[in-house]
Formats: sequence, structure tokens, C-alpha cells
Amino acid sequence: MKTKELCRVISQEMISPDIYSLWIETKQIAAQAKPGQFVALYSADKSRMLPRPISLCEIGADQKSIRLVYRIAGAGTKEFSALRTADTIEVMGPLGNGFPMEEAKGKRALLMGGGIGIPPMVETAKQLSGDVTVVCGYRDALFLTEELSRYGKLYVATEDGSAGTKGTVMDAVKEEKIEADVIFACGPKPMLRAIRDYALEQDIPCWISMEEKMACGIGACLACTCQSVNVDDHSHVKNKRVCKDGPVFLATEVEL
Amino acid sequence: MINTRVNLAGVELKNPVMTASGTFGSGMEYSEFVDLNQLGAVVTKGVANVPWPGNPTPRIAETCGGMLNAIGLQNPGIDVFCERDLPFLQKFDTKIIVNVCGKTTEDYCEVVERLSDENIDMMEINISCPNVKEGGIAFGQNPKAVEAITAEVKKRAKHPVIMKLSPNVTDITEMAKAAEAGGADVLSLINTITGMKIDVNRRTFAIANRTGGLSGPAIKPVAVRMVYQTAQAVKIPIIGMGGIATAEDALEFILAGATAVSVGTANFANPCTTLDVIAGIEEYMSRFGVEDIGELIGAVK
Repeated sequence: MKTKELCRVISQEMISPDIYSLWIETKQIAAQAKPGQFVALYSADKSRMLPRPISLCEIGADQKSIRLVYRIAGAGTKEFSALRTADTIEVMGPLGNGFPMEEAKGKRALLMGGGIGIPPMVETAKQLSGDVTVVCGYRDALFLTEELSRYGKLYVATEDGSAGTKGTVMDAVKEEKIEADVIFACGPKPMLRAIRDYALEQDIPCWISMEEKMACGIGACLACTCQSVNVDDHSHVKNKRVCKDGPVFLATEVEL
Repeated sequence: MINTRVNLAGVELKNPVMTASGTFGSGMEYSEFVDLNQLGAVVTKGVANVPWPGNPTPRIAETCGGMLNAIGLQNPGIDVFCERDLPFLQKFDTKIIVNVCGKTTEDYCEVVERLSDENIDMMEINISCPNVKEGGIAFGQNPKAVEAITAEVKKRAKHPVIMKLSPNVTDITEMAKAAEAGGADVLSLINTITGMKIDVNRRTFAIANRTGGLSGPAIKPVAVRMVYQTAQAVKIPIIGMGGIATAEDALEFILAGATAVSVGTANFANPCTTLDVIAGIEEYMSRFGVEDIGELIGAVK
């Protein structure tokens, strides 16, 4: 039987304003985890009933720890940001499907992350040995650039032009004339739309990681659906479950 | 030896704990976390005569001690349910209660007739969903309509019928008596309470449907009160629900007059809540020397 784990905090630090990096020790989660999957974090305050879905940023080399990089978005994540070494937190996972790593084997992979969609690209880049290019879009302050440039050729775009290309990830791809055989992306919907359109135009297979408000996290409650282009095999309507069927989808199979 | 078995309209449950419709799918996903053989019953997510796409997202929002939802009864339709979901549930030693939803009386009746030949234990008729424009609660806020739909369903059902009542009414006992008059075998209550949340940062409604159904511990006192009132008003058994997260919560409902209880939103906070509630009820009975759970049902007058 699967179960929640009570995990011990190894360390936590703020790596950018309101962006936190949390390493936790796990019994089984790390050993089972794949890039692009997520975990559900539970609040210690029982007036907050729903878990917060947070993407995996890194899986420890010993497969006994995971790194989560998240932004404070409300009271729940604010509570998590106060966790210190040796504190504990309830975690369930890994959840969701993750990126189809086999699709990038031996190919020029382009990983694109925007804002708090950047963290999953670290483990993805790490596990994709070969020709990896990473393009990240930030509002202003950069984070995770050191890790990302360790595992791939990194380009950045900033909205205010303070670093890299001024503009979006797509502006950077065009300015740097980046070419690719496969794209993995995670970020806000307008960014995903632009990437999907580019991938279609260039005929590049593209997978995107989606986000939606979740409750159960395991595919039962049907809260976190996204619209699919065709009738889905499980739901028998044009809806897919982000938590269970995703969060990673082929860009052409979902409506953005 | 303590006895936790309860009887609902001739159907014997090994214990009074079941799942609340819509929070547990058809059990498949949760079966990775919960041994379904341990449950008194699994109540499935509502199923209609044809697939329903549900509402736009966001469909949920967390609130203090609970959540709002407006899923909109997304379901794959009765055909897929009977071919895929029922055979899965039938593998387990638990009772199967199928929740039925519809837009019209004919929709409900079509599903009820289709289920008559299936190997299930009971059906629960959802006349209380606040999140769909047609059907659902429209049948559950007027005593005449409650009695009429109950009678129509009863004419066709071969299994005991549970009518699931809405708390969004002035007097729950009027609806309960109407369902009893229509021939209902069992009542379940409460469904969610209509609510709203505003996202002050985006200055918009937190869920796309604008309103949603409030569930979770926040609504428990309302639910216990309504179960108590209903227990005084009708003779048929009651399944109590609304914010149950612990054995103590479940015992409140039982003492107020519920024969069985459902765990809903708390499954999201802990997928094993049902098992914890079952263990906690047994522990309570041992501690207070209660041999038969029947001694607790409606014990607080």
C-alpha cells in the first residue's frame, strides 16, 4: 500500500525573493521519483486541508532525498517556508507521470522553464545526458542558474532585461537561434501557448507540464482537469486529469 | 467481541464507515492507499446516463477548515461505469453503493433501470448537487419534487434506494419526510452547503462556477444538527456526513441518530482517513464497554 511519508527537513534556504529551496529526507519517494513528477505537501495546520502540489527540482544522488523549489503563494507555502533543519513535514508522492525522458534520447533537447516552472528543469537536465539546452524566463531576479548551467547550455530571458535576452523564453530562442529535436516545457499558460505554436510551426515534438488547483492529487476527485483535444480514454469526455494523466502532456493533446 | 455491523434497509455493512460520493472516485485510485475490504461500503462518484464534462476550472478552492467545489458531476456515463468501474469494485469484500445523478426524471430513471441488473448493493440518488444548472438540487429543494422523484426511482429500482438530501433548505425535516413518503429506504445527509470565495488579488471568483459546495470540518456542526433533526422526524435509517475527519466526528453523527457515516473531504487531507475512523470507533467501543454499535445509534436524545 502507498502511504504518506513523514519526512525530515535536511535544509532550507531562500534562493530569491519569496523563492525557497527545501531538501527533505524520504524513505521511498526519492527512489521512485522521475523528472517532471511532483509531490503533495501537507500543512501542519489542520484548518488547511488540501495538499500543495510542488514539482521535484532534484532527486538526491543517494536516492534518499528530494529538493523542492517553490514560491510563497499563500498561507500554506508561507508555513512551509518556516521549516528548519530536523523539522518534519508530511509528503505524498511521487505523483503524476513526469517527462518522457526516452523521447529525448540521443536528440537535441530543449528545456524551457518560466518562473516557478523552472525548478523541474534541473533534474530533467541532469538526467538527460547529451545535447541539452535550457532556456529560462524570469521576471527579474535569477535563480537555479548555477545548477542549470552545470547540466546544459543555459540561456536566460528577463522581463526587465536585467539579464540575458529582454523578453520571453521564445524571444531568447529566436535571438540565440536555438535549434532542437524535442522540447520539454513548464511555466505559465501564455508561455506554454507560445512554445506550442513554435513547436507546431517547426514540427518539433513538444511536451508541456500543466498546473491546476488540486485536491486529492491521485486522480479521484476530478478537480484538476484540463481540456483535451480529443475524448479522453479514461474520462470519456474532453478532459484529462492533471494530477494523474499529467502533469506532462503532449502539447498537441491539450487545449491551452 | 465488539459488533460494528449495521443494517441499512436489509443490507448488512461490516462497519458503519463508507466513502462520501465524489471524493473517492469509484475506489480505483484510493485502492492503492486503502484496503477497500476494510470499508463498510464504497459510495461511487455520481454517474449519469451519458458522459458529463463537468464545469470549467478552477473547480475548487480551499477555505478555513474545508473547501469549496464545483466539479459539476463530471462522469464517464453509465455504460463505461458498468463495464470498467463496477467490475473493479466487485473484486472487493465491501458493499457497493452507486450514486446516481441526472438532469431530468427520465435521466435518473434510465440509470436506475440500467443498474437494476447489476450486482450492486444499494443506490444513492443525488438530488442535492448545488453545482449543476439542471437536475441535482432542483429536485431537492421542494418537498413535492422530492417525493415525486423518489417515487419514480422506487418504481424502477430493484435495490434499496438512498435519497441524498441538500442542506440548502429552510427545513431539512420537510425534505426528509417527503423522501420517506415517496418510499425512500434510507436518507443520506448532508450534501455540501452553497458558498463563495473571492480572490482578492485577482478580484474575481476563486472558482469558475462562482459558487461551490462547502465541505469539510467547517460544516460539521450544521450536519450533526440536521442529522439529529431528521432522526427525530423519520423512521428510516440515516447515513450521516459533513466534515467527518476523525472517529469522534463519526461518533457524533451516530449518537445524533445516524446508522452509518461517510468520510468525504478528509480523504484529501489523508487518504487513509476511513481506516482511521473505523479503528477509532472500535477503540471507543472497547474503552466504554459498548458491545454493539447499535447501542450508540441515536443515543443522545
